[in-house]
Amino acid sequence: MSDDARRLRAVDVVIVGGGWAGSIMAKEMTEAGRSVVMLERGPDRSTAADGAYPASIDELEANFRYKLFQDLSKNTVTIRNNSRQTALPYRRMAAFLPGEGVGGAGLHWSGVHFRIPPDDLRLRTRVIEKYGAKFIPEGMNLQDYGVSYEELEPFFDKAEKVFGTSGEAYMVKGQVVGKGNVFSPSRSDHFPLPALKDVYTAHLFRKAAAEVGFHPYSLPAANASRQYINPYGVQMGPCNFCGYCSGYACYMYSKASPNVNILPVLRRHPLFELRAGCHVMKVELDAEGRRATGVTYTDPDGAVVTQPAEMVILTAFQFHNVRLMLLSGIGRPYDPARNEGVVGRNFVYQNVTTSNVWLDRGIDTNQYIGAGGGGVAFDDFNSENFDHGPLGFVGGSPVWVNQAGVKAIAAAHSGGPPGTPRWGSAWKAGVIDTYRHSLRIDAHGANMAYRDVYLDLDPTWKDAYGQPLLRMTFDWKDNDIRMNRYVVDRIGDVAKAMGARRVNLTKREFGRPFDTRQYQTTHLGGGAVMGTDPGTSALNRYLQSWDVHNVFVIGANAFPQGTGYNPTGMVAALAYWAAHHIRTTYLAHPGPLAG
Amino acid sequence: MQGLAGAAACSTVLAALPARSSPPASYAPRFFTPAEWAFLVAACDRLIPADENGPGALALDVPRFIDMQMDTPYAHGAQWYMQAPFVPGPDNLGYQLPHAPRDLYRRGIAGMDAHAATRHGRPFAGLAPALQDDLLRGAENGGMTFGDLPSTAFFDQLLANVMEGAFSDPVHGGNTGLGGWIMLGFPGARADFMDWVDRYGAHYPLGSVSISGETA
Ligand SMILES: Cc1cc2nc3c(=O)[nH]c(=O)nc-3n(C[C@H](O)[C@H](O)[C@H](O)COP(=O)(O)OP(=O)(O)OC[C@H]3O[C@@H](n4cnc5c(N)ncnc54)[C@H](O)[C@@H]3O)c2cc1C
Ligand code: SF4
Repeated sequence: MSDDARRLRAVDVVIVGGGWAGSIMAKEMTEAGRSVVMLERGPDRSTAADGAYPASIDELEANFRYKLFQDLSKNTVTIRNNSRQTALPYRRMAAFLPGEGVGGAGLHWSGVHFRIPPDDLRLRTRVIEKYGAKFIPEGMNLQDYGVSYEELEPFFDKAEKVFGTSGEAYMVKGQVVGKGNVFSPSRSDHFPLPALKDVYTAHLFRKAAAEVGFHPYSLPAANASRQYINPYGVQMGPCNFCGYCSGYACYMYSKASPNVNILPVLRRHPLFELRAGCHVMKVELDAEGRRATGVTYTDPDGAVVTQPAEMVILTAFQFHNVRLMLLSGIGRPYDPARNEGVVGRNFVYQNVTTSNVWLDRGIDTNQYIGAGGGGVAFDDFNSENFDHGPLGFVGGSPVWVNQAGVKAIAAAHSGGPPGTPRWGSAWKAGVIDTYRHSLRIDAHGANMAYRDVYLDLDPTWKDAYGQPLLRMTFDWKDNDIRMNRYVVDRIGDVAKAMGARRVNLTKREFGRPFDTRQYQTTHLGGGAVMGTDPGTSALNRYLQSWDVHNVFVIGANAFPQGTGYNPTGMVAALAYWAAHHIRTTYLAHPGPLAG
Repeated sequence: MQGLAGAAACSTVLAALPARSSPPASYAPRFFTPAEWAFLVAACDRLIPADENGPGALALDVPRFIDMQMDTPYAHGAQWYMQAPFVPGPDNLGYQLPHAPRDLYRRGIAGMDAHAATRHGRPFAGLAPALQDDLLRGAENGGMTFGDLPSTAFFDQLLANVMEGAFSDPVHGGNTGLGGWIMLGFPGARADFMDWVDRYGAHYPLGSVSISGETA
């Protein structure tokens, strides 16, 4: 295909995908004086057009017709629970909702903006130190990231300032400074904005969690609690808790997005060119397969075009990055039978379940009020903040009320308490009571990586361009189910302290397979992980391909296993970390940054 | 700061909508045949019946919403991955049929009416409510197949669209008079709670408002 392709004039850097990771890398590379072409397969998008009030806050279009999401008709994945099954296409949006178009999922995400717990970065080492190597279950590929919290801290700080993140610090430069998360590590600076106000349910949860003896804190949120101007000079308005974050472009310019926080500056930069509607099919390599020479894509008119470049940065989102590596022959594909090879290895997800608490009928929970990243959490059972020894599982889970705004169609679908019919008068009574007087509490757990959970190319189904779909082999494992069940019981304690009239604790069930029909999160991770051992990682600790040194791959694909937190804060910090090393070392001396 | 929809929002009246047993006669369905329309109207009336808790699907013009949806790319399957082969698999791996929503309705309604005729000698719309409920429950629980179509695939499609019709913005043809939102206590396109976020325990006083500025 590449032979007939129209060849364009070479540029310094080609960036595949226009989301958070792509926008950060483009900004950094133009700052370094490099010419950048960003290829985004979806349409161009802006808050002015896609977030115009009131037409944009249409729940049917946004959350049920997936206006801003990936066009599955052209490209999807196949999914199975184990390698004995035939994987089948993910034909309709449900479990996860990948983004598409300029801004990526960053235009319509919610905004929970975390740093990663330091222990999570060296989880293998930590677990062995604390509990011994035998504690790691058979078949679990537990790994370290190869980068420390101290190394990443300046880049977490930078990302928070660019995003305009609201939150309350616990410790700054080693001094306790506020009522933030007592388990969080020291920071070099405060959050750029104070924490968002608690919505009523979060306020009740905060009180009850403290009463039980846990340590509640305000979720760090990339939803601006005040007017803000970020270091790039762009302005954000104060969030009004409109409840239309997830699935929408924020009409208040309050939720951080590449479109609001970075692209307005980038679009004016003479070294930057954005090409929307351009679907990249392959990274082109030299004859030895050691150097990328550019990428080949289909343009909006259907023409196949080759864009030569000195460097290729993949920022197409976690699993699209993995698929592009497999389609291009970058790195050795993972072989689960031998637990060898690296591309596709350690595919992980978010181990989340949502429980419900009904309060007295005199209490309105106003579930429609909320900001996507707002809420109250406790971390007493996250990461290595508790003793896993007697519990016998690896991993943990923050617990939170993150009332992001529940709207009418979603409420109707969720229905009433368990056992309520899905329709008819009983459903009506149940759904009204539930919507008006209940709240939701999530156990947002980490998902560990396993030898037989992985990504590869599907042998049967193809995308609209004739290339094989990516195949996901994924299921929940007993270790992770045990973790979830333990933490969800703690939700029961808090619900009791809230004076619950009724509680529905939702736990993972042993033997119940991953269900692609139920929305969970879009927090997919791993598949092309970072590390210090080329035998178990596709990327070195600078997110550079071990095999093709002028390819960097930025995204949650780099996580060796899941974490209890939402991924984007970490993705953004990793992007700034990689960019820093490209700028300070690679550009002057192109070659492997680790050896 | 109130958004534009907020300007007209002061005259909040929580009056119950009149119970209605059929959608406005003025609406002429474009996709559904008269027989299909009769099924759809009857089924909607059972799925969300009018009762003391608020209006039913018919007062909310849910059938009209569904008929209007049939004209969208979604109903033609344009948002679903529809490449062959279509291989059956376990339920938890999701929808694997070659049918777009329009086909699901065509086949599903024909199948439901055929079952009604076989069991009770009449199409679904002509049955007593209790018999209609039995048939709907049967479809919901997978008790029937309509050719290659398991009844659950049809039922889930229908129920999902019914909920959308009752609770989406009226711009799409349902939720007439914002009746679905009022019943639930959802303020719609209000979308500004700057002053309300920390009024803990206070009852939110403003009524629902739609994208077009309609209030109830
Ligand atoms: C509804 C929702 C809510 C979320 N809420 C949160 C949250 O609260 N907190 C949090 O931390 N995370 C959240 N996330 C996850 C978050 O959105 C992602 O982690 C983040 O957007 C990832 O950024 P990215 O740049 O890696 O990928 P993306 O934002 O997905 O961008 C990748 C881009 O690459 C493009 N692309 C893909 N393949 C190609 C190709 N072959 N050629 C050209 N372009 C291509 C895509 O179209 C896309 O625009 C949420 C996600 C969703 C969907
Ligand atoms: S809740 Fe806040 S950040 Fe989210 S869309 Fe509304 S105004 Fe924007």
